[in-house]
Amino acid sequence: MTLSVCARITHSDFVFDVDVAWPAEGVTVLFGRSGSGKTTLLRLIAGLERPSHARVHFRDENWQDGGRWVPLHRRRIGMVFQEASLFPHLLVRENLLYGYQRIPATERKVHLDEVVGMLDIGNLIGRSVNQLSGGERQRVALGRALLASPRLLLMDEPLSALDTQTKRDILPYLERLVEQAGVPIVYVTHAPAEVERLADRVVFLRDGHIDRVETLKHTLSRPDSPLFNDEGVVSVIEGKLGQKEHGLTPFHVGEDCFWLSAPVYSEGAGRPQRLRILAKDVGIALFKPESTSLLNILQVTIERIDLAREGHVLLGLRLSGGQNLFTEITAWSRDRLDLRKGLVVYAMIKTVALAE
Amino acid sequence: MEYFRQSLSFTAEDWTAIGLTLRLCLFTTIILLAIATPVAWWLASGRSACRTIVQAVVALPLVLPPTVIGFYLLISLGPRGFIGGTLENMGLHHLAFTFEGILIGSVLYSLPFAVHPLEQAFSSLGRRPVEVAASFGAGAIDQFVSVILPMTKRGFIVAITLTFAHTIGEFGVVLMVGGNIPGVTHVLSTTIYGYTEGMQYDAAGRLSLMLLIFSFMVLCMVYWLNRRFEMVKP
Repeated sequence: MTLSVCARITHSDFVFDVDVAWPAEGVTVLFGRSGSGKTTLLRLIAGLERPSHARVHFRDENWQDGGRWVPLHRRRIGMVFQEASLFPHLLVRENLLYGYQRIPATERKVHLDEVVGMLDIGNLIGRSVNQLSGGERQRVALGRALLASPRLLLMDEPLSALDTQTKRDILPYLERLVEQAGVPIVYVTHAPAEVERLADRVVFLRDGHIDRVETLKHTLSRPDSPLFNDEGVVSVIEGKLGQKEHGLTPFHVGEDCFWLSAPVYSEGAGRPQRLRILAKDVGIALFKPESTSLLNILQVTIERIDLAREGHVLLGLRLSGGQNLFTEITAWSRDRLDLRKGLVVYAMIKTVALAE
Repeated sequence: MEYFRQSLSFTAEDWTAIGLTLRLCLFTTIILLAIATPVAWWLASGRSACRTIVQAVVALPLVLPPTVIGFYLLISLGPRGFIGGTLENMGLHHLAFTFEGILIGSVLYSLPFAVHPLEQAFSSLGRRPVEVAASFGAGAIDQFVSVILPMTKRGFIVAITLTFAHTIGEFGVVLMVGGNIPGVTHVLSTTIYGYTEGMQYDAAGRLSLMLLIFSFMVLCMVYWLNRRFEMVKP
């Protein structure tokens, strides 16, 4: 059960040439710089681009092949764009129900009340679209897409037009939607943090071609992943939030526990979450430091040592639960401490934040 | 005041001309909406090479003297013309000097006034709302009724008012194609012409004043609508 696309589009200065397939489940992120062809791939899947000789298959359905072509309104795809694209002549409620009313009652998987509750938009429902803020609009757009009970959700940079705070507010909703919708999602973005937080697998695009398709876990385990181009290597660790103690929020990863001092915006203790740690924020000690202000000190095993940028090495560390943590230290430190593969050391982490 | 009272006392002949003019305007507007909507949509979204040519053809009535359009129409609609001749061969009547004839003339003559406002409205609408509607399962007609029409209402109102008003003011084409047959092709503008030719300045003045006031009100409405919609544009 896959989603597969094979197409070639030639514009004057841009060649788009892909032949790719991935499982039609979970969240697949299309990642690349602007102009890499992410949006073109998304529009091909939607049927908004119609090059000749292209093939698009979704599960056992043939959406485009040779002369056959299923128009968008028969594909049952939910779409969310960068700008919310709500209908300005309709109220919020009418916008939400636009797709819902156009599918047979028996195929409706979610209903207005559930979506309104999930996205927290009960107070907006009677308003005109023009009265909403950017974040509110995007939440309504998400709800509208969800209410159409789509078989596939396409999201084209749904957060990139929002400011940082609004983004942070809306991500938990998006996460909940991903968790509860049970619909395969194709998500276009160029923000690594969104990938780390939402993706199951990543399709890397470059200059109109597919670089590679790999699971998030896999791409996060290789230090040369394009995700790390901007901020350097990042570790993403999965775990669960606990109840607040001493004004700090614990984050449990197997036996280990991280302490978060930054305010936690995502509510809901006990739900699986992802933690994001920059490799340059992690230091190494041979013995457990006792008198230190650092809160997060964990016993780890050195799994691998790779060369990084000049004068630096990247250590791959294993937590007790088996998850990976990267640290970037100087080559001199490595020699001084005589760090080798298999050595048990202590990782000292300066900043720990939820991926958001 | 007395002048105004007198101005409103139209003769039976005037009323016939008014009725005929309104009928012509109504039919022209309806036919043009049906033609101009798809043409304007195609022009607004098309990247086709013949777009320029279609644009030029649509705009021709703006620059051509009405007599030129009228001349070609008279030739082709008349008994020996391509269209008129074909109709005659089918046992029907040719279209020169008929109501149908001036209707065809009006449709051609007012074409740009229907197409341009719609084209503008459609291009400022963009493709996105239509794509969104399609993704939610709306077919072409559903898209038009539920999204395109309500979101381009202003364009339609402007197109309808301009077409209607412009058809009222039409003179040259009607005179060439329709002649001046009372009750058949005798519209307001040609009636005024007839009165003036016959030195009946009072009668010509009555109808002229009415047209002046009507046209002024239509234009005020169009500009007011334009302003109002600009202000509330989302």
